[in-house]
Amino acid sequence: MMQFMLLFSRQGKLRLQKWYVPLSDKEKKKITRELVQTILARKPKMCSFLEWRDLKIVYKRYASLYFCCAIENQDNELITLEIIHRYVELLDKYFGSVCELDIIFNFEKAYFILDEFLLGGEAQETSKKNVLKAIEQADLLQESQSEDWGSLPNEEIL
Amino acid sequence: MMSKPDDRRTASRPDPEPLAARRSEARAQLIPDDSISFLASLRLRMPAPIRLRELIRTIRTARTQAEEREMIQKECAAIRSSFREEDNTYRCRNVAKLLYMHMLGYPAHFGQLECLKLIASQKFTDKRIGYLGAMLLLDERQDVHLLMTNCIKNDLNHSTQYVQGLALCTLGCMGSSEMCRDLAGEVEKLLKTSNSYLRKKAALCAVHVIRKVPELMEMFLPATKNLLSEKNHGVLHTSVVLLTEMCERSPDMLTHFRKLVPQLVRILKNLIMSGYSPEHDVSGISDPFLQVRILRLLRILGKNDDDSSEAMNDILAQVATNTETSKNVGNAILYETVLTIMDIKSESGLRVLAINILGRFLLNNDKNIRYVALTSLLKTVQTDHNAVQRHRSTIVDCLKDLDVSIKRRAMELSFALVNGNNIRGMMKELLYFLDSCDPEFKADCASGVFLAAEKYAPSKRWHIDTIMRVLTTAGSYVRDDSVPNLIQLITNSVEMHAYTVQRLYKALLDDISQQPLVQVASWCIGEYGDLLVSGQCEEEEPIQVTEDEVLDVLEGLLVSNLSTPVTRGYSLTAIMKLSTRFSSVNRIKKVVSIYGSSIDVELQQRAVEYNALFKKYDHMRPALLERMPIMEKTASNGPTEIVQTNGETEPSAVEPKHPPLVTQPTNQANDLLDLLGGNDVVPVIQTTMPTKPASAGGELLDLLGDLSLTGGPTPVPAPSVPTSQPPFLLDGLSSQPLFNDIAAAGIPSMTAYNKNGLKIDFTFERANPNPNIAVITIHATNSTEAEMTDFVFQAAVPKTFQLQLLSPSSNVVPALNQGTVTQVIRVLNQQKQQLRMRIKLTYTHKGSAVQDLAEVNNFPPQSWQ
Repeated sequence: MMQFMLLFSRQGKLRLQKWYVPLSDKEKKKITRELVQTILARKPKMCSFLEWRDLKIVYKRYASLYFCCAIENQDNELITLEIIHRYVELLDKYFGSVCELDIIFNFEKAYFILDEFLLGGEAQETSKKNVLKAIEQADLLQESQSEDWGSLPNEEIL
Repeated sequence: MMSKPDDRRTASRPDPEPLAARRSEARAQLIPDDSISFLASLRLRMPAPIRLRELIRTIRTARTQAEEREMIQKECAAIRSSFREEDNTYRCRNVAKLLYMHMLGYPAHFGQLECLKLIASQKFTDKRIGYLGAMLLLDERQDVHLLMTNCIKNDLNHSTQYVQGLALCTLGCMGSSEMCRDLAGEVEKLLKTSNSYLRKKAALCAVHVIRKVPELMEMFLPATKNLLSEKNHGVLHTSVVLLTEMCERSPDMLTHFRKLVPQLVRILKNLIMSGYSPEHDVSGISDPFLQVRILRLLRILGKNDDDSSEAMNDILAQVATNTETSKNVGNAILYETVLTIMDIKSESGLRVLAINILGRFLLNNDKNIRYVALTSLLKTVQTDHNAVQRHRSTIVDCLKDLDVSIKRRAMELSFALVNGNNIRGMMKELLYFLDSCDPEFKADCASGVFLAAEKYAPSKRWHIDTIMRVLTTAGSYVRDDSVPNLIQLITNSVEMHAYTVQRLYKALLDDISQQPLVQVASWCIGEYGDLLVSGQCEEEEPIQVTEDEVLDVLEGLLVSNLSTPVTRGYSLTAIMKLSTRFSSVNRIKKVVSIYGSSIDVELQQRAVEYNALFKKYDHMRPALLERMPIMEKTASNGPTEIVQTNGETEPSAVEPKHPPLVTQPTNQANDLLDLLGGNDVVPVIQTTMPTKPASAGGELLDLLGDLSLTGGPTPVPAPSVPTSQPPFLLDGLSSQPLFNDIAAAGIPSMTAYNKNGLKIDFTFERANPNPNIAVITIHATNSTEAEMTDFVFQAAVPKTFQLQLLSPSSNVVPALNQGTVTQVIRVLNQQKQQLRMRIKLTYTHKGSAVQDLAEVNNFPPQSWQ
């Protein structure tokens, strides 16, 4: 299974963190700091995998964002690269030519999309269309609820 | 239409629809703004909190860390007041902002309860943000997370599938064991639903539950019945993951699910053979994620099972030959296929196919693929050695790769491929690699070279040359235990002594900074200095060197800043040894006496002892400083083996940094005991010490470093503890030791100690195959009315014996002879001396600590003769 996924910028600023194993805040911060440092220090010609503690790290840079996953020893590194790519495709479809700013300003949506694609560190849906459909439906549900309930309009909630 | 003062739109939001505009109109203020200040005191309502995107924008304008912190603190204060007001409308917004600030690294724990309130709300937005907050802020180690359980339970049964989905996701991501126990039943129910959206999530949630609470695995078994008949790929994928998890955890489940192999094969076949399916297509391959997971499950099911392996043979061959390899996705599938082929009982043809795929991977331009190939080859090199050998040159080329991970893999693999036939060629490449590689590799590479050289050296000279090369190019990186290993190797290559010492001497002239090289060189010069000055070298042109020059070099080491204390010890001892090989004894005497007042305690002690040798024991000096004999190789798992040198029993790695120089002639044993001030006990060596996989010398070092007279129980469970527990232990029902001393060598048992209610009996056996080892089992019983806890038995024997204490059966001696604590002692008695032992007992009795020392001298003669 995937133990965690981190998204961070080239300056090392965290944009998203998804943890599938229970760790204290302090430990998470330590791991994040260490990994970000390690990955940012790697040269472009190096391969996308590295051994770190007892895990395998798979990372890939898309524009200004690094996508970094920690997987276990029996997991397939190459397919993890495909998982990362699939997530980027989903974000891209949802936001329309996604860029780092989209993820900064709409981080909660990035999480919602991730949670429709992965669950407990494994892929729950392999069809791009189905993930996007689920997100779309959930968004509609959110809209329709705010209409029915007569409270804040949907776009003013957050 | 009056718009609200806090009305802000984000740039990415579309213009409001007419419906919303009408609503705003409906909310137009009844009291105009200009009357606000007058009525402010009548209003208790706070202004609406700043919106999330606005906050993000504001924080991003901060130019310094301090400025950002200030903004954050201000906003946190506002959020805190808002929480205090129990504002339902904006709670969602406030928590979202808190989550943003948390991602920046600021504390957000005060929002935890608010997340719970959001989860309990009926609004979908609230739940979405609430569950997200729970996953980010709540920690299963704090009890507050349990408050979620009831909400999740309700939401698992919600009428809206997206709410159920939120609950399943949260539970599957961060559910604690307690939550999993409470909610497993709900998950199991949802696993049987026909709604594929929920079914796939329930499957992964079940995986999480099983990981947290393995005992619950059984309850999911019925629901797995027709999981694979699903058409929906999401459900198929998650089902395969669930089945994999169950099979990995339970051999029974594995056997049970083997019958699914044909079905899995069929599904995989359909994926490969089916035409283009836009929904699941990735670069021309249909659902690679599912293919990979099926291949992985097949691997587990086919392992060690001939029938299953045969059933999947064809499909594996098909995947291996038909998968498109131009993109990463195809290679991902091939990679998984190769792993499966290698792990199951596949035909040899298939195995060769797999290795060839890996060989092709090695030539791929994509470094990721090369990396993965090297990793896989490393896994298979033991079982399919010849097949991997065919790709040796490609592998060796990878040593020159720029990527660190690839280099490391290539190095490991290269060492695995070295054999008697290719040793010369391989070593050339590896030594070249050693020269130019990064420091992080040098230690491992050097060790690898030494090991390979030892196993396959075509000639002694080649071996010594290789060692020299390593010491001179990577000398400071070789492991500490290389030094004693090398010394042993050199000692045993008798015909090469002159050549070796000459080369080492020359190396020293060039460079004295690399400590392992210097240490080995010093030792050799000390041993073979006579060969050096007499110019006896046959292998190469002998050099002309005088005794004084040699002593200059050694003394130079003593004073140099580059030498470590250990190196200084080596060179002082070497100088001393030369006193019997050189004629310039006076010079040596002078050096030795100078260091008698050295600040370095170790040097001082050595110098004082050597001085004593010159003064009082000169008659012993030649014998003591004699040439070292051939040393037997120590077993690589160290501590229990005993090595003989000169017929004395001395563990050869006792002081790896100080070679066993002082040997004890047998008839002088007692004198020596007196000389050393009655300190006639040898420390006890435990077998059950920490099992860190160090190399032989290192391991022993750890043991001895740790040594005090501890014969006590260690809490570390050693994985390979020898049978230290004779079968008659631990029933605690009988106070009589149920030993069978008659069946053994007929050695009578004895009472070693009997005081204050504690009685310790010794029973004896001869160990096979070494008749010099006596195996003594102690039996401790307690006749008082209170038990003895923290019972620790320690033993010491004179230096001419070797003693080993295994783990005790327990450290509580039950009261009133209701049970026995047993412990096994092994004593090596090479010289058949009379066995004497000093024992120390510590325990707690009736609340107070008791300690006692005793001498055991009444060993029956048969135990040591």
